[in-house]
Amino acid sequence: MLRSSSRERGPLWRDPTFRALLVQGILLLALGAFIAMVVSNTLANLEARGITTGFGFLQERAGFSIPQTLIEYSGDSTYARTFVVGLLNTLLVSAMGIVAATLIGFAVGIARLSPNWLLARLASAYVEIFRNIPLLVQILFWYFAVLQALPSPRNSHSLFEAIFLNVRGVVLPDPQALPGFAATPWALLVAVVATWWLVRFARRRQAETGRPLPVFKLGALLLVGLPLATFLATGMPLEWSIPALKGFNFQGGVTILPELMALWLALSIYTASFIAEIVRSGIQSVPQGQVEAAKALSLPAGIILRKVVIPQAMRVIVPQLTSQHLNLIKNSSLATAIGYPDLVAVFSGTALNQTGQAIEIVAMTMAVYLLINLVVSALMNLYNARTLLKER
Amino acid sequence: MEATSTRTEMIPERRAPDMRRGAMGWLRANLFNTPLNGAVTLVTAALLAWLLWPALQWAVFQADWLGDSREACSGEGACWVFISARFESLVYGFYPAAERWRVDLVFLLMAALVAWLAIPRLPAKRWVGLFALVGFPVVAFFLLVGGSFGLEHVPTRDWGGLMLTLTIATVGIVGSLPIGVVLALGRRSQMPLVRGFCVVFIEFWRGVPLITVLFMASVMLPLFVPTQVEFDKLLRALVGIMLFWSAYMAEVVRGGLQAIPGGQEEAAKALGMGYWQRMALIVLPQALKLVIPGIVNTFIALFKDTSLVLIIGLFDLLAIIRAGLTDSDWLGFATEGYVFAALVFWVFCFSMSRYSQYIERRLHTGHRN
Repeated sequence: MLRSSSRERGPLWRDPTFRALLVQGILLLALGAFIAMVVSNTLANLEARGITTGFGFLQERAGFSIPQTLIEYSGDSTYARTFVVGLLNTLLVSAMGIVAATLIGFAVGIARLSPNWLLARLASAYVEIFRNIPLLVQILFWYFAVLQALPSPRNSHSLFEAIFLNVRGVVLPDPQALPGFAATPWALLVAVVATWWLVRFARRRQAETGRPLPVFKLGALLLVGLPLATFLATGMPLEWSIPALKGFNFQGGVTILPELMALWLALSIYTASFIAEIVRSGIQSVPQGQVEAAKALSLPAGIILRKVVIPQAMRVIVPQLTSQHLNLIKNSSLATAIGYPDLVAVFSGTALNQTGQAIEIVAMTMAVYLLINLVVSALMNLYNARTLLKER
Repeated sequence: MEATSTRTEMIPERRAPDMRRGAMGWLRANLFNTPLNGAVTLVTAALLAWLLWPALQWAVFQADWLGDSREACSGEGACWVFISARFESLVYGFYPAAERWRVDLVFLLMAALVAWLAIPRLPAKRWVGLFALVGFPVVAFFLLVGGSFGLEHVPTRDWGGLMLTLTIATVGIVGSLPIGVVLALGRRSQMPLVRGFCVVFIEFWRGVPLITVLFMASVMLPLFVPTQVEFDKLLRALVGIMLFWSAYMAEVVRGGLQAIPGGQEEAAKALGMGYWQRMALIVLPQALKLVIPGIVNTFIALFKDTSLVLIIGLFDLLAIIRAGLTDSDWLGFATEGYVFAALVFWVFCFSMSRYSQYIERRLHTGHRN
């Protein structure tokens, strides 16, 4: 107060508070004017083209078929159903891709740190080759150059006469549940809950008495043994539908579309090259002194890896890994280039062309990806807060 | 006193240590130091031979290189005649043959500018950089589009091939970098409205796939402007790409801004500098220099993603190859086509990533473990 009263006040436009208000006011006005212009133009354009806005079209009959549907769907279904089918297909290929990319990525990343010169070089060659080729080129390559060059169903490559590979995809034996099978998934659920409880119990016991439990072995026994015992006790209620060639195509079994195969291969191989780099830098980020200190305490090598190196490496790896998983989900939208029926292909593609509801459809598609992104980012922030380096 | 710990007999002779030098020594140290490692080496070598030998046979030894029609393909290995026969259209798209010198000129100018900026020893980086960011796009625009200075007008629908790929990539980087810098500054602003706008803008573009952005640009942008305005298809794609990548660029630049100690700005304030002076003369030069590798990496990602424009019907390098594959005279050359596309993109991206690593090493003058 004293200062401002003793100081001569400068002109108004030099006052920081006033300037901040002015700038924000101008931004608000410009934004408002921009939005108003866009909205009025859009309304005029829509009227000129005779398109009615709104989400009423979602209840209309879609009238086109989709080659791969995880839920019941026919040409008589509504556009809303199309949306769900596309979304499920996106989630399916994303989930498959995330699992495969993470496994390949960890394997290659660890191989890059191998003391074996040849293996390490091979792993870096993998990374340098696949991360520098556009994903779209890789998808088209797998689809048109590899999978479309496979033989016709009559001349399929076969494995044990049960798995068949041909130009129409991979045909696998399909497990059919017989009555009584339901007990096995329940047993698995019980095993999961029991393992979770076991981990907590073991941790508390070790904190109190210092005696560890062989949690890993006990947990594995529970998780595998209990469902297996149930499965055997109920008399193995599972039947395999083995595919067989009838005429020009296969009957029975379950077919994985070549589009799904190509997309899955390309997404996993491409993303794995980024994950490998993340894993390598994560492991290298653990200071050598940590390992040396653990060795000085004469901890065994397995414990050093599990309790010293991996927890610290994971703190670096997990946030970047998640962002790669998000990239993979977003990249799965390239499906539209080879006609895999994902959300963008069926909804932003076919449905948009049929209805012309560009704004609603593009907005809904974007909202889905945005929502997935925001949810995963929020979970990631939670994880980061939990694993933050606690300075004592 | 008897020295009980004194040894009375000779230690048995040890085997001479393994050779540590020369080719055999290197093999022993790096490939066969333990039995397990030896086994890994053998398996890896077998895998490599199994993959590499047929690939080399196909791509080099049994391939057909010369000719100008399908008859030149023997069918034993790759037929690179497919590529060489349409090489012109792969580079220039449908650009009229008589006007292609304009494209060549732009290519040459760009190569010279990039080389000048990339080689650290050459002087006057600031002015060359300024010309590359401001002058070059203007020159390139007038040369490529034409319609003035006595040059014939070439509509953008005739553009294609590598030329279109490079155009999109260049416009993408030149456009998204300044927008990204402004967004990054806005995200660190004290003004809640400015900051909020920038956060929402950045997070929105980062949360959606580029394909949906391109779809939006191709189907929604025409709705946003008055009916009589004709919006060029390439321009629409460019707007989408610029907005999309500016968000990623903003996050890279923000990383650099955060790495500059606050004392730098405070010192500039103490000297009586205003906000824009502080940013332009003190903070940004340091921050941008720090994030050059990040910017190059974003540019690599942008370059790879230019191939997505084929989905909205522009004829970039990949789209021209794909169109060539449906040519009834040349059916069945998908492998050659896509391998060539992969090779071209790979050469560009790999050299850029090597350059980024080189810069990182050059700038990284501190402690290294």
